[in-house]
Amino acid sequence: MRRGRRAGAVLAAVATAVLLASCSGGTADDEPSEPAASDAAGPTDDVTGDLTVFAAASLQGVFEELATTFEEQHPGVTVTLNFAASSALAEQVNAGAPVDVLATASASTMEQAAAEVVDPVEFASNTLVIVTPSDNPGAVTGLADFADPDRTFAVCAVEVPCGAAAEKVFAAAGITPAVDTFAENVTATLNLAVSGEVDASLVYATDAQGAGDTVTTITFPESSEAVNDNLIAAAAQAPNASAARAWLDLVLSDEGAAVLTAAGFDLP
Amino acid sequence: MTAAQGGRRPGQRARSGRPPLVLLVPGLAALIFLALPLLALLVRAPWSDLVEIVATGPVAQALWLSLRTATTATLVSLVLGVPLAWLLARGRLPGGGVVRALVTLPMVLPPVVGGVALLSLLGRRGLLGEHLDAWFGITIPFTTSAVVLAQTFVSLPFLVLSVDGALRGLDRRYEDVSATLGASRWTTFRRVTLPMVAPAVGAGAVLCFARALGEFGATITFAGNFPGTTRTMPIAIYLAMEQSPQAAIALSIVLVAISALVLILLRSRWLTALGSTT
Repeated sequence: MRRGRRAGAVLAAVATAVLLASCSGGTADDEPSEPAASDAAGPTDDVTGDLTVFAAASLQGVFEELATTFEEQHPGVTVTLNFAASSALAEQVNAGAPVDVLATASASTMEQAAAEVVDPVEFASNTLVIVTPSDNPGAVTGLADFADPDRTFAVCAVEVPCGAAAEKVFAAAGITPAVDTFAENVTATLNLAVSGEVDASLVYATDAQGAGDTVTTITFPESSEAVNDNLIAAAAQAPNASAARAWLDLVLSDEGAAVLTAAGFDLP
Repeated sequence: MTAAQGGRRPGQRARSGRPPLVLLVPGLAALIFLALPLLALLVRAPWSDLVEIVATGPVAQALWLSLRTATTATLVSLVLGVPLAWLLARGRLPGGGVVRALVTLPMVLPPVVGGVALLSLLGRRGLLGEHLDAWFGITIPFTTSAVVLAQTFVSLPFLVLSVDGALRGLDRRYEDVSATLGASRWTTFRRVTLPMVAPAVGAGAVLCFARALGEFGATITFAGNFPGTTRTMPIAIYLAMEQSPQAAIALSIVLVAISALVLILLRSRWLTALGSTT
């Protein structure tokens, strides 16, 4: 139930509001309201209720893991996660979605929601890597190989962020790539390498990490030209500011850093 | 679909009076349901920037590619589909029902899955593609041929089912007479059967072309996306959506307009011409 969609979150929020408004005594069984919490809650504190986190799709694995940790640390909290493209999430926050925390895959998308968030912090970054089928049939060794018209290459379409990043690294390296297909998103780009349809693809380090042994990963120095910074911030109108604060603390803690690193993110 | 039009009866039934409400109301509702979303698209369209968006080179390139590949896919479908329809309707195939279901499958399959199926067969590591690559050095994905293959895969069933339906509705006596007069089966097909089902062939080809023109999922999965080679209009529209929904709407309007134009032209000229020669 924890990962119910927004409808679930709205229902829960309404239910909580009704509970609070009716003041029918704060000791509802599983969802103590604010006044009762101070004396009823466990070892930790005033962090209770619902926490709604909007996060970039690339953060799904990491945030799902951290949500489990968070609910163990704060038994009174129900975490609802919503993953989508950062730009779409920023639009929803601007449109007044009842959100506590926003985490984006780029500084520019966080900037879109600047008026609705408090002090964004960089907590991780993602760079491009080369992935080839596990047996590397094209014997690809570095970015320069992408100029070879005889081999087959896939990169993201320039309309999506990973494609914009790819364009940047090729420009920085002074390479005109002999691309065979511009895939519609990073997952499709990765899958072309996994299935062996192309000799190499450019994807995010986290996607390469997630693909495990199905691909061979090659890093290249020019990737530093296109680093996507992940930013996180509490919403200015967060319905549950204390839980938002606690979530930020977890993500920025050593524990959060360990989960991020394991998933292939770089730390600031 | 236009079935056999042979025994058209004179209008002895009273044509006067209103259409019954039981038919009129749901019929109009269906029309509104189909037309309103398109109307909304027109209302939302960035008319002032339309020319500017559409006149750019990449759009013309995608449109030209779409028209070329959809036309080729329709021709391929005609050459292969009419014989298949004949086999289904006249060939006394063992397990004809199963074969007919098989032909229908690409229509209900999500097109993306169709693309994956084509990759499984013709991809570089596909069942057949592996050998094509090893023996002849031919790789099909990411080429314009792959676009035509993907479009043919999803649109061929429309033609086959249309012609198959017409053949089965046909009065067999004409063919029987032709046979008793000594015509071979091929002559009978060419001189008797084909002219009688020509309207259905035309209608099937139109549906086939329209489906090929709008094809997205199988194309991007199997053929990929490269300007001028594999980026058809639907793919250009999908990618434009990532950056500018307004541009995507503008491109959609162009595609809708072209499709409508082609369908109207084909219906009014070619189809009726074909129909009247029978």
